[in-house]
Amino acid sequence: MGKKSKKRTQKEFLVGIGFILPSLCGFIVFTFIPVLISLFLSFTKWNFMEGWSAIKFTGLTNYIRLFTDEWFLNSYKNNILFTAITVPILIALGMVMASVLNKYIWGGSIVRTMIFIPYIASVVAVCAVWMVLLQPNYGPVNQFLRMIGIKNPPGWLADFKWSLPSIMIIYIWQQVGYYSIVFLAGLKGVPEDVYEAARVDGASSIRQFFSITIPLISPTTFFLTIMGIIGSFKVFDQISVLTQGGPGSSSSVMAYYVYRTAFDYYEMGYANTLAWALFVLVFVVTLIQWKLQDRFAVE
Amino acid sequence: MKQKMFTKVILTVVFWAVGLSMLMPLIWMISTACKVEADVFNFPIQWVPRRWNLINNLKEVWGGDYNFGLYYLNSIKVTIFATFFQVFVSAMGAYGFSKVKFPGRDKIFLVYLATMMIPPQVTIVSQFIIMRNIGLYNTHMGLIMMLAFSVYGVFLLRQAMMAIPESLSESAKIDGAGHMTVFFSIILPMVKPSLATLATLKFVWTWNDYQAPLVFLNNRDLYTIQLGMKQFASESGSYYSLIMTAAVSAILPLVIVFLFCQRFVVDGIATGAVKG
Repeated sequence: MGKKSKKRTQKEFLVGIGFILPSLCGFIVFTFIPVLISLFLSFTKWNFMEGWSAIKFTGLTNYIRLFTDEWFLNSYKNNILFTAITVPILIALGMVMASVLNKYIWGGSIVRTMIFIPYIASVVAVCAVWMVLLQPNYGPVNQFLRMIGIKNPPGWLADFKWSLPSIMIIYIWQQVGYYSIVFLAGLKGVPEDVYEAARVDGASSIRQFFSITIPLISPTTFFLTIMGIIGSFKVFDQISVLTQGGPGSSSSVMAYYVYRTAFDYYEMGYANTLAWALFVLVFVVTLIQWKLQDRFAVE
Repeated sequence: MKQKMFTKVILTVVFWAVGLSMLMPLIWMISTACKVEADVFNFPIQWVPRRWNLINNLKEVWGGDYNFGLYYLNSIKVTIFATFFQVFVSAMGAYGFSKVKFPGRDKIFLVYLATMMIPPQVTIVSQFIIMRNIGLYNTHMGLIMMLAFSVYGVFLLRQAMMAIPESLSESAKIDGAGHMTVFFSIILPMVKPSLATLATLKFVWTWNDYQAPLVFLNNRDLYTIQLGMKQFASESGSYYSLIMTAAVSAILPLVIVFLFCQRFVVDGIATGAVKG
């Protein structure tokens, strides 16, 4: 009996490894080993074009450089700003849209489709469209602004002050459909009789929204906040297509700066240092999430 | 009651207006793609072109130095293979992590989960170096392989499989079924909705992916539609009507597919979110 069960465990082990093997190989080659290489390279100076022998161990030099690197400081700040502004706006807009589309209007499902189409559209193509729309001199947006009497409309993507906000606006425009759809799914889980009871007690629609909808869909809100934060740290396409971080470094974010350092300047060492600096930010946010999870994700 | 009706009318008007104005950039794109260059910035905006030029614009975009037809084929190839492999590899992994008991299993999964926290920027440079050295840089194969693995996929499907009672696969095993049979004829059919969710999400993401092809492809003949679009936009400078024609070419097909299987996509995204 003992021998047989040992044999069985062994067989289960092989079967188990067999099932996870394809995924494990991919994991090791494309995630695990890269993480180790990246950690090592972050302490080196290496121009990729000069080959392996050019790798020079430089200790903490790269990490010290971070504090005086204006591009880094701006990108880091922009990442935090981007997240802190877009995520709350998306959550609020998504929640309001979902609640109204859910039952207060005619043709809600058609409106839902309309606001969701930008999310399906490719970021690159959509950015090309916005680049023309926001063209400072004769772009339709500024022509419209001039028509309604704004004499000096902003230069949008070409403007130091407006480049990052412009990208945020485009980002929100594209993402809000996704947030609404997920909130709509969350609302389906709220039992109708709760609202019924509130109506009988004479609660207004707005009162119902604040006292019933918001508390009862808090798990969805929590999920979207997490996904939203993670997603907003990854913003790259918009920056790469629209501004290349410019003018100056006014609209750069970490994902873009890492790319630029590695693939435009071939500084593989410093690029990885930058990436780990981003990791620190993500790590801190994750810790905060864990702390908050117990409080909000009650089911 | 009357007042309630009034509110509903107002809200309907307002939200239809919001929906339409969100579509305006895309409507402008389509309208501009049909115009001659000189009419692009006419103001007030001519939503219906005064002079139609769509056919010429299309000829210019699809027939010139840019082979949009080829980019399309490349995108279709990469997206379909990456989606298929991702779903299959994730499903196998998820089965191994949830339905086969072997020592070390949960520890390996914990390592998987821990890496979910690491932003992709940390690995992208090293991935590039690895790809260069194993000869997969600048190949569709390399791109597909890289896109085929994701911790998220394994995680999503494992959640779904954990929800299936143990007794189901146990009783099949008593009847003499091996793991392969249990996997293919019991577990996979039961997690079909989750498979569909993962496939849908992966399809849209891969189709619209820009960064991975940008880093891992170099040869123009291998470009996906997103890379081709970007290249076209940066090289045709101020031929805005042509850029809009290219944008229409990149956006419209997927939007049309979406309109046809909308329920499926929306449900997929919603379930992925609620379970995720």
